[in-house]
Amino acid sequence: MSSLLEVSGVSVTFDGFRAINNLSFAIGAAELRAVIGPNGAGKTTFMDIVTGKTRPDEGTVTFGEMPRSLLKMSEAQIARAGIGRKFQRPTVFEDQTVSENLMLALKAHRAPWRVLFWRETQAHRDRVQALADQVGLEDHLPRKAGELSHGQKQWLEIAMLLAQEPRLLLVDEPAAGMSFIEREQTTALLVELAKTRAVVVVEHDMDFIRRLNCRVTVLHEGSVLAEGSLDHVTKNPQVIEVYLGR
Amino acid sequence: MFRLLLPLAVALCLGLPGFAQTLPEILSLERAKIEKPSRQTIGPVIDAITATGDPAAAALLRAWGDRHLGLRKSDGAFFVIAPEGAGWALTAPDGTSAGLAAKADVTELKPNAGVRELIAAALVQFTLSDPDPANRARALDAIAKSPAASQLEPLRAAIAGETDPALKTRKERLDTFLTLQFDPDSAARIAAIQRLEGDTALDARGALNPLLLTTRHAATALPSDENIAAILPADLPGAYDLLVTAGLAPARLTPKDQKDALAAHLRDGAVAGVPLADLATQSGRDKAYEALEQSGAVPPAATDAEVAAALKSHVFYDAYREKDKGVTDAARAALASIDTKVGLMTATDLGLDALSLASIYFLAAIGLAITFGVMRVINMAHGEFIMMGAYTGYVVQQLIPNYTISIVVALPLAFAVTFAAGVAMERLVIRHLYKRPLETLLATFGISIALQQIAKNIFGTQARPLTAPAWLDGQLAFNDIIAISYIRIAIFVLALAFLAFFLWLMKRTRLGLEVRAVTQNPTMAASMGIDPDRINMLTFGLGSGIAGIAGVAIGLFAKVTSELGSDYIVQSFMTVVVGGVGNIWGALAGAAMIGGFQKGIEWLNPANTLAAQTYMILFIILFIQFRPRGIIALKGRAAGD
Amino acid sequence: MSRSFIARNPSILWFLASLAVFTLVITVLSEGFGIGLIPTAFVKTLGKTLCLCLVAVAMDLIWGYTGILSLGHMAFFAVGGYMTGMWLMYARTEEIVVQALASGPIPATPEEVAQGVTTQIFGVVGGSDLPAIWSFAHSAWLQLPLVLIVPGLLALVFGWLAFRARVNGVYLSILTQAMTLALALYLFQNDSGLRGNNGLSGLQNLPGLGHVSQATTSILFFLASAMLLALGYVLAAFVISGKFGSALRGIRDDEQRLRFLGYPVEGYKLFIFTLTAMIAAIAGAFYYPQAGIINPAELAPIASIYLAVWVAIGGRGRLYGAVIGAAFVSLLSSWFTGGMAPSIPLGFYTIHWVDWWTVLLGLSFVAVTLFAPKGIGGLFDRLAHIATPARHGAALGPNDGALQEKEAQE
Repeated sequence: MSSLLEVSGVSVTFDGFRAINNLSFAIGAAELRAVIGPNGAGKTTFMDIVTGKTRPDEGTVTFGEMPRSLLKMSEAQIARAGIGRKFQRPTVFEDQTVSENLMLALKAHRAPWRVLFWRETQAHRDRVQALADQVGLEDHLPRKAGELSHGQKQWLEIAMLLAQEPRLLLVDEPAAGMSFIEREQTTALLVELAKTRAVVVVEHDMDFIRRLNCRVTVLHEGSVLAEGSLDHVTKNPQVIEVYLGR
Repeated sequence: MFRLLLPLAVALCLGLPGFAQTLPEILSLERAKIEKPSRQTIGPVIDAITATGDPAAAALLRAWGDRHLGLRKSDGAFFVIAPEGAGWALTAPDGTSAGLAAKADVTELKPNAGVRELIAAALVQFTLSDPDPANRARALDAIAKSPAASQLEPLRAAIAGETDPALKTRKERLDTFLTLQFDPDSAARIAAIQRLEGDTALDARGALNPLLLTTRHAATALPSDENIAAILPADLPGAYDLLVTAGLAPARLTPKDQKDALAAHLRDGAVAGVPLADLATQSGRDKAYEALEQSGAVPPAATDAEVAAALKSHVFYDAYREKDKGVTDAARAALASIDTKVGLMTATDLGLDALSLASIYFLAAIGLAITFGVMRVINMAHGEFIMMGAYTGYVVQQLIPNYTISIVVALPLAFAVTFAAGVAMERLVIRHLYKRPLETLLATFGISIALQQIAKNIFGTQARPLTAPAWLDGQLAFNDIIAISYIRIAIFVLALAFLAFFLWLMKRTRLGLEVRAVTQNPTMAASMGIDPDRINMLTFGLGSGIAGIAGVAIGLFAKVTSELGSDYIVQSFMTVVVGGVGNIWGALAGAAMIGGFQKGIEWLNPANTLAAQTYMILFIILFIQFRPRGIIALKGRAAGD
Repeated sequence: MSRSFIARNPSILWFLASLAVFTLVITVLSEGFGIGLIPTAFVKTLGKTLCLCLVAVAMDLIWGYTGILSLGHMAFFAVGGYMTGMWLMYARTEEIVVQALASGPIPATPEEVAQGVTTQIFGVVGGSDLPAIWSFAHSAWLQLPLVLIVPGLLALVFGWLAFRARVNGVYLSILTQAMTLALALYLFQNDSGLRGNNGLSGLQNLPGLGHVSQATTSILFFLASAMLLALGYVLAAFVISGKFGSALRGIRDDEQRLRFLGYPVEGYKLFIFTLTAMIAAIAGAFYYPQAGIINPAELAPIASIYLAVWVAIGGRGRLYGAVIGAAFVSLLSSWFTGGMAPSIPLGFYTIHWVDWWTVLLGLSFVAVTLFAPKGIGGLFDRLAHIATPARHGAALGPNDGALQEKEAQE
């Protein structure tokens, strides 16, 4: 199976501390993957590298069927290439309405000049409506995002990600701060999404991961400790020692 | 021994009749010559008078030279005369008064200019051997100020007898200077020049430079009797003017002359047939002028072709005023060797200057580095705290007249005043604006303009002096080139002291530990029982207090005005930004870099300090391209990036 | 586009209507065109104030909407002024020189005129050659486009350097302040070619309009300034409406998020920085002919900070707020500093407002920042019953998002 994203031999050092150590990772075009690991294992740094926020000291990161290196691209270029990222804490534009947030995220030209003369059409409004329906925010379109509840903000952010129509979604702890029912919905959504695109979920919550029912990659001290089904990795003695046996 | 023999030898050489060694003897012997002196004959007499070594001789010569010497007709005795009523008051050369005399009884001696010059030269020699060292030093000063060929012999004669070693060195040095300029013997001059090789003192360069003065000439052919410094290309600016001055070519027609000439020949709305309207262009005017030339109404002017030909057929050169090629060659070599050394020393001096500037920036910026680096609060009023410190110093000096004590009192008082102001500002304003850095910037700016205006209202707009104690006056001069004023040394020491104090505070005290904890993670620090509010308040007070002390230091060499702070604020920010936030070493590196860079640019372009600042800021903008977080940047996640 | 654009932004109509009424009233009351109730000097003050309002609109775009606290926009304003000033001074001097030379018996050549102008303009700084930067000054068609081109290029180059290096928040503010200072220091030099600290003067005389009285000229400039403000306001309103404005506010509130949505944030910043610099330059180009003189002191960093003060007092993130702030504070300032405000005797001390106005301004600025962060514009919101959502998060633009990106704190 050809992979959509391929990270190989990547290392990053912060002031002598090796946050990522010779990490290799690959994911296919339509696949759901969970990444777990104890604090400081390098999960967030891994995402930073993929999205272009942090430049690795060595190693390669390639993306797409005709693999392009992501290392020379800016964050915005990477995002336009089709990698969407959801942050740990919900980050939406609180001073703008839900519909403005979604409009901003709709897949379209991003160059300033094109955006300046961009005008919304009925098609755009329909698309925004559809996205809002998908995440259950259809009644909140004219409200300011800052007024939403924490969970609703998480949903809005997910909807913004979907609006970009990414081919790879990086999701950082989506279930944090969500109620039980919201978690159920999130799980279902992620599983559904992974049918048409690659989704990487970083999560602590084992129950949540179990429900995702996917391959799991365990990070430890900046490199991959184990990879396989959840049952497989939870039987790995090293994993038990560093992570599960706490 | 030699001192005794010298006058003897002089007397012998001159072949004076007899061994008339005492002043009265000489005076009676040579009365006729003294009464009607001529330049040709009087020399030996003056020398003989000088040779007596009698102190009265000096007084006599001085009076003679000043035309205050009189000859009493009755007995042929010489007296120093001064007008008294209708007659003269007479004083014998040895200083004893000889009463009054009627004008008619005394012949006033009026030596001519040539004789007076000889007298003056003799007097210098006389003073050069004066028993009082202060007088001797004064004579040397006079020679150094206006050296003349006539001083050479007396000076040389006075060297051997000099007892004061310092004065002797000076005499020998002056002898070298006079020799290289005036000695008739070319070899002696070259030897004197070579003695100065590598001598970086200002007077040595001052003595050598005149030897290399040149004048610019134009000639049909290179003359053989000139000491040529350089042959110049014909296209040098002003070459044609040289030809004109030398009378080798006719003057070029200036547009103004042309216009005047045309105006003078204006007849019936036309000049030489060219209508007036056509004269509004240069080509029209040229045409009219040519027509006038052909009719002979105006003298022909040099055309461009003629100018080019004239330039081609002449040579242009710089010639040394000094005709002796050996001397100029030696002087050039000596100056070259001096220049190398001077260059090195200038660099050292510049380094000291840069160091002192860096100390000032460091002092001004250290408080800012604390508040900006530790609290992420930008304090636009920091400059005004510096100003408050300076005014505190000024007020203390008004109350305590002793400068030393007042400075000792002012330093802690300035700290206290600005500490209090800083704490008040933190409590009242900044506390409410944490995490809103841009608004903090603007609010503190509001405080800054208010404080500045209040200072203006209280102290007025004129600069107030903050006088340094006497022991800080003057400078530590290593030689003519390397020197640093004591105030700047004091500021350097103060900066070092602050660096040490700050390091001790942050690394060795409980407060420092808590400050570092709050810097890195306020929430965690708070949960460990550290009160971040208190720490922030103290940190801000400390940073402000240091600004106050810096204000006293800066006030010592800069004028204290209400704008004192704003003169330093941008540089201080630059220091912090360039150095890197949150690190005392960063502030140090930033100050060193900005100070060094500014001095460097001033050195490249000394006439223009404004340009230096412009270039420095441009440089900083470019620098940030490569090190956006400063020289010493925190890396990784701790940097907040 | 226009129908829905205006419809979605009713404040534009309100603003344009008030501006039109104001302009009409002033014109009718003026000496130049009306009944002469308002002295010419005051018309000039009002005209200048309109230009300041325009630069405040630009400042609101860059700071209130995009969250970039630029302390350099008054520098662009002054550079714009210098650019027109060069033409005005050259053309005016040329008229005088031509007149002087015309009295001679021989008509003047163009070279003589040029030389005469140079001597007139640069004699004061001891120059006899026309500096290269004056090459275009003889022609309005060549020189006036420089009003846009020079500040635009300056902003483009500076912005490119600064944004490319991801200089943010207070760092950027200080850097723009440094740029302003560098420019001011450069212009203070005599060999900068712009007459050093003498600056350019006599700008109130329009070439070719020597016969027109200042009363008339002042009204013409006043009307032009009003027109310009209207155009600038509509342009700014257009820029901030729609998705572009959304993106700008996105930069202000969380530029990292916007970047991960695929927006080239640096490009947007550069665009808005350059655009606002050009608006500021045009405002300056109309301001200084009314002021009559420009010198490097106009570029002092403090001027740009005052600009920020106006916008903050007026209310950030609202275009009309910026206009109100600039008009209110600058008019109040000239009232106080003009010695027209009555002194307050306290018995032991008399408060002369000429001396104490700056103190009052500084302190009220602190007060506004602390207690009324929405400024005067916030009052309008309350009148218009615009409900402020009860929400948590960035209240007014960049908080620590500008300094420390949120990800790093987690």
